[in-house]
Amino acid sequence: MLAEPQLLFFLLVCAASVIAGLVGSLVGLGGGVFVVPLLTLAFGLPIQEAIGASIVSVIATSSGAAAAYVRDRMTNLRVGMFLEVATTLGAISGAFLVVIAPTAALFIIFGLVLLISSVPLAVKIGEELPRNVHDDRWARWLSLGGAYPDHKLGREVSYEVAHVPVGFSMMYVAGLISGLLGIGSGTFKVLAMDTVMRLPMKVSTTTSNFMIGVTAAASAGIYFARGDIHPLVAAPVALGVLLGATVGAKTLARLSNSTIRKIFIPLLALIAAEMLFRGILAV
Amino acid sequence: MKNPGNGPPTLRDEIEPGKDNGPEKEQVMHRQAVVRQAELVISYVLRGGVLLSAAIILSGVALFYFRAFASGGYMTAASAFPHTLAGVEQGIALGNPLAIIVLGLLVLLATPVVRVAVSIVAFLLERDWRYVVITSMVLLILLLSFVLGKGGA
Repeated sequence: MLAEPQLLFFLLVCAASVIAGLVGSLVGLGGGVFVVPLLTLAFGLPIQEAIGASIVSVIATSSGAAAAYVRDRMTNLRVGMFLEVATTLGAISGAFLVVIAPTAALFIIFGLVLLISSVPLAVKIGEELPRNVHDDRWARWLSLGGAYPDHKLGREVSYEVAHVPVGFSMMYVAGLISGLLGIGSGTFKVLAMDTVMRLPMKVSTTTSNFMIGVTAAASAGIYFARGDIHPLVAAPVALGVLLGATVGAKTLARLSNSTIRKIFIPLLALIAAEMLFRGILAV
Repeated sequence: MKNPGNGPPTLRDEIEPGKDNGPEKEQVMHRQAVVRQAELVISYVLRGGVLLSAAIILSGVALFYFRAFASGGYMTAASAFPHTLAGVEQGIALGNPLAIIVLGLLVLLATPVVRVAVSIVAFLLERDWRYVVITSMVLLILLLSFVLGKGGA
């Protein structure tokens, strides 16, 4: 094999991954939506290698942005950690059910669920901060509410957290899906925190950013042992995404909540389309 | 301020501006400083892990392509890569650049786990027992998933 085309592949994947990391870190997704189609459709790699690389992409997005998000007090670590109990349990049950689950049907069902979820999001597209949200019993008991410095608004924004049991259940489903379908399910996490628990959009995406890394780590060992994480595919993804996520994390503070929502909605539609596509083609 | 329920007082509730909170205020200030310190430590751990993994991956990649071009632009059949810990160790001992890349990737994949572990310590320092338990549960489930994954794969 010639080294030049290999190097070209490396540089192209690296460049595309910078964008995946940049956008993913802003909206709380892992970048699988970019990485998987790029590697399978554009470069013809087997789906297992693409999914292995997308696990690397998820963790790189999460860890690359996390240092800045923790330092800037954007992430709600309590909300993330509490919900992560549900997500990791869901991921384990998903991994067990994967043998008997009708994968194609699940892709179609959850693709449709995502499409429907975009409606309430689109309705409040211009909303900067959620209003009339009050801590429920669980939020009080777990002191989930918090505050973050909003540089765009120029003040500290404190917020409360609603509908914790519903959000917790949705996180179990999010974990279940990622265990079953091998996708990051950052979309479900952002939706649960934004639409159900009514956290400010930036807190939802940065907390999702934290969570997707932990969820992905739970299955990373399996992919590694199976040999799905090919170093020459995963290396450009990791390096590109780390760079993109670092830049993205620095950009987030300067963007408004409604801008983040405007970036999130088309991505949500794209991910839904990708899931429907994979369900219909049964890949 | 806003904590009408019977939940535990949170830091944002404990200091009331404009009111003399006495010696308790100093304690809370101290705890807030501890929380901030813990956040900064978590941030440094993450940055360190990410930089370390990127450096290892980059050196593996550089070595790989240097060798490929040094041998006249053709890559040798060294495309086999390790996917066990023992394999990585052997590969590195033999100077296999792909094993070096895999080591860097493993450091990256471990960062979220390390982060959860460090968070337990942070919540311990904050004396936030509720979250010490919750975070320990997450770490246990993570470790359980590794054990189950090994059995299943």
